[in-house]
Amino acid sequence: MSKQRTAAIVNGDPVEFLSDPGQTLLDVLRDELHLTGSKEGCGSGDCGACSVIMDGRLVCSCLVLAAEVEGCRVETIEGLAAGGTLHPLQQKFLDHAALQCGFCTPGLLMASKALLDANPDPTESEARYWLAGNLCRCTGYDKIIKAVLDAAAELRQDRKSA
Amino acid sequence: MNKPVKPEDTGPILKVVGTRPIRPDGVEKVTGRAAYGADLHLPGMLIAKVKRSPHAHARIVSIDTRKALALPGVKAVMTSADMPDLAAEHYEAGESASNLRDLSANVMARGKVLYHGHAVAAVAATSNAIADQALDLIDIVYEVLPHVIDVEEAMAPDAPILHDQMFTAGLGDTPTKASNIATKHRLDRGDLAAGFAAADVIVETRYSSAAVHQGYIEPHACVASYAADGQTQVWSSSQGHFVIRGLCAKLLKMRFSDVRVIPAEIGGGFGGKTTVYLEPLALVLSQKSGHPVKMVMTREEVFRATGPTSASVVTVKMGAKSDGTITAAQIDLKFQAGAFAGSPVGAAVMTSLACYDVANFEITGWDVVTNSPKVAAYRAPGAPNAALGVECAVDELAEKLGMDPMAIREKNAVRNGVRAPYGPVYKNIGYVETLEAIKSHPHMAIPLGPNQGRGIAAGFWFNIGGESTVNVSINEDGTAIVSTGSPDIGGSRASMAMMAAEVLGIGVDQVRPIVADTASIGFSTVTGGSRTTFATGMAVVQAAEKLVTDLKRRAAETWGVDQDQVVWQDGAAHCLQADKAPKGALTLAALAGSAGKTGGPIATVVALNAQGAGPGFGVHVCDVEVDPETGHVTVLRYTAAQDVGKAIHPAYVEGQIQGGVAQGIGWALNEEYVFSTGGVMENAGFLDYRVPVASDLPMIDAVMVEVPNPAHPYGAKGVGEVPIVPPLAALAIAVRHATGARMHDLPLSPSKIRAAIDAKAG
Repeated sequence: MSKQRTAAIVNGDPVEFLSDPGQTLLDVLRDELHLTGSKEGCGSGDCGACSVIMDGRLVCSCLVLAAEVEGCRVETIEGLAAGGTLHPLQQKFLDHAALQCGFCTPGLLMASKALLDANPDPTESEARYWLAGNLCRCTGYDKIIKAVLDAAAELRQDRKSA
Repeated sequence: MNKPVKPEDTGPILKVVGTRPIRPDGVEKVTGRAAYGADLHLPGMLIAKVKRSPHAHARIVSIDTRKALALPGVKAVMTSADMPDLAAEHYEAGESASNLRDLSANVMARGKVLYHGHAVAAVAATSNAIADQALDLIDIVYEVLPHVIDVEEAMAPDAPILHDQMFTAGLGDTPTKASNIATKHRLDRGDLAAGFAAADVIVETRYSSAAVHQGYIEPHACVASYAADGQTQVWSSSQGHFVIRGLCAKLLKMRFSDVRVIPAEIGGGFGGKTTVYLEPLALVLSQKSGHPVKMVMTREEVFRATGPTSASVVTVKMGAKSDGTITAAQIDLKFQAGAFAGSPVGAAVMTSLACYDVANFEITGWDVVTNSPKVAAYRAPGAPNAALGVECAVDELAEKLGMDPMAIREKNAVRNGVRAPYGPVYKNIGYVETLEAIKSHPHMAIPLGPNQGRGIAAGFWFNIGGESTVNVSINEDGTAIVSTGSPDIGGSRASMAMMAAEVLGIGVDQVRPIVADTASIGFSTVTGGSRTTFATGMAVVQAAEKLVTDLKRRAAETWGVDQDQVVWQDGAAHCLQADKAPKGALTLAALAGSAGKTGGPIATVVALNAQGAGPGFGVHVCDVEVDPETGHVTVLRYTAAQDVGKAIHPAYVEGQIQGGVAQGIGWALNEEYVFSTGGVMENAGFLDYRVPVASDLPMIDAVMVEVPNPAHPYGAKGVGEVPIVPPLAALAIAVRHATGARMHDLPLSPSKIRAAIDAKAG
C-alpha cells in the first residue's frame, strides 16, 4: 500500500501530508502534524473529543479519512484563539470552571464554536442537544452549558457594538 | 451561583480561600496544549499492543510468538514468561492494598485467562499497522473452561471455580473446598432479634445494580523508556505517579530509584487510574527492544480490561417503631470482584448504615470472584451500591409508616457524639445541617404533575488523609512555586495555589503550582479518597507557614529587632517598632531580592501523613417524569446538598458535586455491562454503553453546607466522592413515586420500567 499525498488548509495554514489509506484525519492531526489538542476518546464517533470543523461543518475527525480533507479548510482547537487572545468560548470556559480534567474540552470548544457559528442565540435546550455528541464525564455539563450561553451573549454583544 | 450555607460563621477573614479565581492550568487546557498520556512522542518510539483473550475462562495450553517476532518491523514480543513469577504479597498502594501476584496475573495472564479481554501477550512494532498484524500471528491454544459472571451464581456450591487455591476467609474455620467467595465481612452491634421484636413495622427488600465503568474519556496511555543502565522513565496518565512507580518496581523487581515516573495530565480517573495495566508491559517491551515504547488503549480495551465497579445484590431487613425510630437493620451485600479478590464490599459494609443511629444491626458482605474484569476503585467505592439498598428500604419504611421521607431521616440521623456503625465517634459532622439545607430548599416546594415523582436519599463517605510531600519556594522576585506530588484531576492546582497565596498574603496569580515527578519531590500517595485538597493542602499551608516564619526572621535580622516585633500581613513584614524600620514594610519581593544576605534561598519542604479527615454527608432530592408509553425517564430537576467543610474554590466544589450526580444518574438509569452467554461484554463502546450526555440532564443545583473540619487549616473536608452515593437510590425512589411501581434492579431502563408499569396494571 503506497501512501497518499494530501494538501489542505489547517488553522489557516497550508499543509501537506502523506497518509495510509486507512488513516483518519485524527491520526494525521495528532501523529503527522503534531496537533495533539484533538483527543481520541473512542475512535468510533461516540465521544466527540476529536471534534474539528471541516469546511464549516462540525465533524468527528476520527470518522474522516485523512485523504478526504484534500482541498478542505480544517479548524482545530490549536487555531481557536486569535494569536495570544483567547476566543470568548475559551475565556468563558475558564470563568465558569467548565472543565475539570480538560480532556473533552478541546472537542467541546470546537463543537460549541460550530453551534454559535450556526446559531448565535441558542436556548439551553438547543445547546444541550447540539452538544449531546460530546461526552464529559467530570462536570455533569452544568457549567459547560452556562459557559456556552454566556459566550453566546458576549459574542452577540460584540457583534452589536462592532 | 450558590453561596455556601454556613451554620456558624467563625474563623479568620480570608482573602483568597473561598473565591473563584481562574485555574492556573486552565489556559493550557482550553488551547489544546496540555499534554495527556497519549500526547508524548519520542524519537525511535515504538507502538505496542496487547493480544487479549477471546474466552471468559480458559487454560492457556501454549503460546507461540515466533511468527509475530519474525514479522519485519516487530521489535519485541512478551508474555507473562517475561515477568517475575511473584509470590502472593500485599503492597500498600493508594487507597487499598494490592496483591502483587494477582496484579501481575491481571496485567498479563499466567496459566489461565479469567475474563474475555484478559491480556495474554503484547508486541512492540514500528507502526500501528505492523503491531496489529503481529497480534494476529501469535498462536495461542486454549482449553476453554466453564465460566461464571453473575455474583449469586458464582457463590453457588457447584459454580465453576476461578482460583483452585482460594478458600473463603472470614468464616471462622478454614474451609477445605475452594470457593469463589474470597472473603466474608461482618459488622454487628446490639441485639438484632430484640431490635426486630421492638419494631412495629418491618420491611424486607432486595436491590441489585449492574457493573458500571468509571468512563473517563481518556483511555489508559503511557510511554516507557528503558535505558541500558536500567534507568527508566515512564510517562503516564494516572491518579498517582508514585503508586505507578511502586507497582512497576514491585512487579518487575526493579529499584525504585531506577524508575522515574513523570505525570502526564490525566483525562479523568474517578478511582480507575489508581493502578497499573499498561506501564509494566511497556517497560518490559522497552527493555527487550531497546526503544521507547508507547501504549494506548482503545475504548473497547478500556471497557473489557479495566475498571469497572462491582455488580451487587443488596438485601435489607429493617424495623422501626411507629414513631419512625429504626430499631434494627440486617443487611447482606454480595459484590462482584471480577477476576481477582478485592471488591469494595468492605467499604460497603462500613458505609451502609453510616447516616443512621441504629442500636441493633448485623451487616454481612461477600467478596466474590467472577469471570469479568477485575474491579477498580470508582468514586466512593461500594457506598453507592449499599446506599441503593438502604435508602430505598428507608423509603419503604417511611411509606409503611405514613411518614415523611425527610422526617424519618431526621429522626434517625447520626449527630456529633454518636458512634458510627464502623467504629469511631462522629465529630464535627454536618449531616443534620445538610438534611436541613434540603428541607428548606425551594426545590421541595415545587408541586409535581402527573407521572412525576420525587426521590430523596442520603449518602456518606469517609474521606481520607494520608501521605503528601510539598515544596514551596520563593522566587527572586517574590513570586512563589508550589510543587506537589498529587496529580491534578479536577482543579487541585487551583486550590493549592490559593491556600499558599492565602498564607503568604499574595495574589493567587503570583503562585505557580506544579505536579512534580517521582524524582523531583518526596512520596505522595494517589489523588483518591477525596484526600488531596485536605491532605496535600494541609502540607501546602504548613510549608507556607514555615516560610512566613523564616521571612519574619529575615526581616527581624534586617531591622535588628526581635522576631516577635515582626508581623506578616498582606505579603509583607511589618515592624512593630516603627523607628527601627524607617523605610516601612519589607515586602516579599524585597525580602526575596536580598535573600542571599539573610541566609540564602527561601524554600522549604513539608512531608506529612495527614490525620483527621472529616467524613462527608450528602442529601439529594430529584424529580423525574416517566413517560408511561415508552418508560423513558426525564430528570426534571436535581438538588444536591453536601457538607464540604470549607469550599476552598467553590466553583470546583460545585463541579465535583455536579459531576458525581451525573455519574450517579447514569448508573441509575442507563449504564450497565451486558454480557453474552459466552461471557463477552456486548456493549464495549460509548454508543451502547450509554453515559449521560448534555441533553439527558438538567442543571444540577449544588448546595454547599460548610461545617468546618478543625483538623484542616481552613476547615476543608473531602468532597469528590460523596455526591455519587445518593443518586442511585434517589432516582429509584423518584421513579417509584412517579409510576407507583417499586423497581429493584438497576439500571432503570425503559423496558424494565414498562414491564413494571404493566405488571402493576395487570
